Amino acid sequence: MLIKRPPDIAASEITDEALYWNRREFLKAAGIGVAAAGFLPPVDRFVRRDDKLTPYEDITGYNNYYEFGTDKGDPKANSTKFRTRSWKVEVAGEVKRPAVYDLDELLKPSTPVERVYRLRCVEAWSMVIPWLGIPLREIIDRLEPTSNAKYVEFTTLLDPQQMPGQRGRILEWPYVEALRMDEARHPLTILVTGLYGKPLPNQNGAPLRLIVPWKYGFKGGKSIVKIRFTERQPMTTWNIAAPNEYGFYANVNPEVDHPRWSQARERRVGEFFKRKTLMFNGYADQVASLYTGLDLRKNF
Amino acid sequence: MITRVVKPALYVAAALPLAWLCFALFTGLVMGDQVKFMQHVTGDTVLSCLMLTLAVTPLRRLTGWNEIIRVRRLIGLTAFWYACLHLTTYVVFDQSFSLSEILTDIRKHPWVLVGFTAFLCLVPLAITSTNGWIRRLGGKRWQRLHRLVYVAAVAGVLHYLWLVKKDIHYPLLYGVVLFVLLSVRIWWAAERARSRRVPVNVKAEPKPAA
Repeated sequence: MLIKRPPDIAASEITDEALYWNRREFLKAAGIGVAAAGFLPPVDRFVRRDDKLTPYEDITGYNNYYEFGTDKGDPKANSTKFRTRSWKVEVAGEVKRPAVYDLDELLKPSTPVERVYRLRCVEAWSMVIPWLGIPLREIIDRLEPTSNAKYVEFTTLLDPQQMPGQRGRILEWPYVEALRMDEARHPLTILVTGLYGKPLPNQNGAPLRLIVPWKYGFKGGKSIVKIRFTERQPMTTWNIAAPNEYGFYANVNPEVDHPRWSQARERRVGEFFKRKTLMFNGYADQVASLYTGLDLRKNF
Repeated sequence: MITRVVKPALYVAAALPLAWLCFALFTGLVMGDQVKFMQHVTGDTVLSCLMLTLAVTPLRRLTGWNEIIRVRRLIGLTAFWYACLHLTTYVVFDQSFSLSEILTDIRKHPWVLVGFTAFLCLVPLAITSTNGWIRRLGGKRWQRLHRLVYVAAVAGVLHYLWLVKKDIHYPLLYGVVLFVLLSVRIWWAAERARSRRVPVNVKAEPKPAA
């Protein structure tokens, strides 16, 4: 089993974030967390005090995952039979040893971390999610990309039989996303395998999903089957679908509107009034230096 | 039949979308963005009711059931009521009552502009929906004013089409329905024009009003 799981949390506990956090704090204080190092991963809250955890039902019931349908409830409804066991990830391109890995093999040497990040969708809604995953940098370094590798490309599974949305052409399949090498190796970038301490549900991109918290959510490809290191900037799916609306960088930026709607504010799921969108989704201190000198309006 | 069965049924039907909305919200059935949910339910109701009002005259002509015209006002006012709810969620929850933000949104984003256009078209129609106003304006002027419903319907479909991210099949569906309903009227109007065309030196027989 990939994730060393904490004792099963009852569903009723998961939705009450106070219980969830109190339980963890209690275990830590009681020294149980220390004794079970590697059993309960350290929790890092990369969020502010007014960023309350989004309930589990919302995170797992309100999803954009067009492979399973375009309504927000479709991924949960249509992914119940999705097979994630014996998952293989192909590593290809500008890398020392291109190979096909078992998912466990790829992730095992690393210690999982638990990070609470804001997730900002390009549609102007957002959530606060406690992800469980591995910093991408550790995996990249282990894979030893060559000096020609300037970008990392992530490809989602192509399987119209399991993914009914792929039978149509709403997007070009398979879903492809990519990052610059420095973005991929940034400490905030993670490959996630779980949320709320439980394995990632199918509708959230099981079993392996990319999370880049300072970019719009669509940059985080789901159900990844291939990681390819490239010299040239790869074409990404939403950019192909609507190049004037979705760019390669997709950095959260309240000053650069989507052509059809403003990005200055967002609706935090669970709230009624909108809140101000933060530059780089509030991670400017950690990531702004990646983009000094880059025209963020042109390179949206 | 109309007064005793159809109208009461329509009053109930008109309340259903709002009842569903409140029920879903208060029982926590709604995942994710609850304001978007409200806007989808109210928006779909406006468009559906507008399509229904536009279907009344074609249905009347096809079935010969003249009485059906008496439900059109109720359906039209339902459309207007839900349009008000729809606009309210936008003003309150999206723009926090800020007039300047709303004006900027209208200026920058065509889908907001056509949304407001649709609403503004419905306002005079709602106001003049009463018998008093039909008398005051006279049948002909009232009918001409109420052609604004065509503008409202087209603007409404464009509003929906221009705001969806990628999946246009719902707005397209409304578009197709609207196209059919308008085409039928255009075809009938062309027929009427054709039948009125007579040679210059022959007196036309007075035709009964359509």
